Amino acid sequence: MIRTFGWNEFLFILMAIRWTIALSAIAFIGGGIGGLAIALARTSGDKVVRQATAGFIRVFQGTPLLLQLFLVYFGMAVVGAAINPWIAAALALTLHASAFLGEIWRGCIEAVPLGQNEAATALGLKWASRQRWIILPQAARIAVAPTVGFLVQLIKGTSLAAIIGFTELTRAGQIINNATFEPFTVFSIVAGLYFVLCWPLSLLARQAEIRFARASAR
Amino acid sequence: MYDFNFAPVFASSDQLLRGAAVTLELSCEAMAIGLVISIGLAAAKTSKIAPLRWVVQAYIELIRNTPFLVQIFFIFFGLPSIGLRMSPDAAALLALVVNFCAYATEIIRAGIESIAVGQIEAGRALGLKPLQVFRYIILKPALRTVYPALTSQFIYLMLTSSVVSVISAGDLTAAGADVQSRTFASMEVYLVITVVYFLMSAGFSALFGAIERAAFRYPLSR
Repeated sequence: MIRTFGWNEFLFILMAIRWTIALSAIAFIGGGIGGLAIALARTSGDKVVRQATAGFIRVFQGTPLLLQLFLVYFGMAVVGAAINPWIAAALALTLHASAFLGEIWRGCIEAVPLGQNEAATALGLKWASRQRWIILPQAARIAVAPTVGFLVQLIKGTSLAAIIGFTELTRAGQIINNATFEPFTVFSIVAGLYFVLCWPLSLLARQAEIRFARASAR
Repeated sequence: MYDFNFAPVFASSDQLLRGAAVTLELSCEAMAIGLVISIGLAAAKTSKIAPLRWVVQAYIELIRNTPFLVQIFFIFFGLPSIGLRMSPDAAALLALVVNFCAYATEIIRAGIESIAVGQIEAGRALGLKPLQVFRYIILKPALRTVYPALTSQFIYLMLTSSVVSVISAGDLTAAGADVQSRTFASMEVYLVITVVYFLMSAGFSALFGAIERAAFRYPLSR
């Protein structure tokens, strides 16, 4: 029996947005922690550490996110864990975000003038104190715009979790479409909901970029 | 312990290679068509007619703030209900072009706006002919400005194209999914395919870098 697209169908899709938000939040927080570690490793004095993390970033930037999801998903069976789309999607997106945020933040750390680090060293500050009080606060100002920009990328990326069977916004749209056969309406609504989620962030990123360009133009 | 068995994957290497060829073909076609359209859209975005600018801006914002997967579902499943029916291959190409143009237009517009008028006037004052001014003063610096961004956008396009496998467009990932469903060697198939994607993106990256060094090397004033 074919259902007609009504208020209940719309609500089903709308409610699924919380799983998109939850997955994005987990990946962003996990990726933020991993990304910070990678950015610090990429800018460290140890050559082996630098090259290992460069390889990690390269693998994630040089392969499709969809395949990264597949490998984590099927990889869970390889290591003997039960296959769970929730955990697979969260883990794959966290690793993906770690690599991308690590690379973005490496650039921000390197944009802080070298003299800052040298002056802090001359004042007797240890590595951790130099990062905490001198380097990272300055790098953070530069990082706002590209980080928010990547968050938009990440939210859009969570849609691929639908392919491994995790019911977020896109998968909810597919389910309703299979029941109602109204793809034009369904996917317009799904796209509209993503837009409502992403567009304000895109505007925020652009504003941060303009503000930073103005502040550093003097 | 899991036993890796790559034999069924290598037995299907012909099919996977054909898939890789489709992925390359789709990406290159989308890039070529997309570049031509993007140049037009970039011109429209810098035009004096305001409604034209708004339409292009709306298109760019809409595409950049929605997932590619939803765009391809809309094109392949949504458009037929208003009478626009197409094959998976055509839908895949259309979706990639529509997506690519939203990003490429912004890159090209930035390239056009990066040419200072004084630079063109200086070229004329030095006695360069109009064609020389266009070639050395406008085209070369503009291309050099947009080249790195455009080439990384191309590699991103190629990686994104794996998503068209959801409508069975015959690309590398779809070929892999087919081998996977026949052999059940999921991990092995997807490992091999991921390596192929990695080699393709690393190969293009090296090629584009070599072209950049050969074509765009001339002194910069600092």
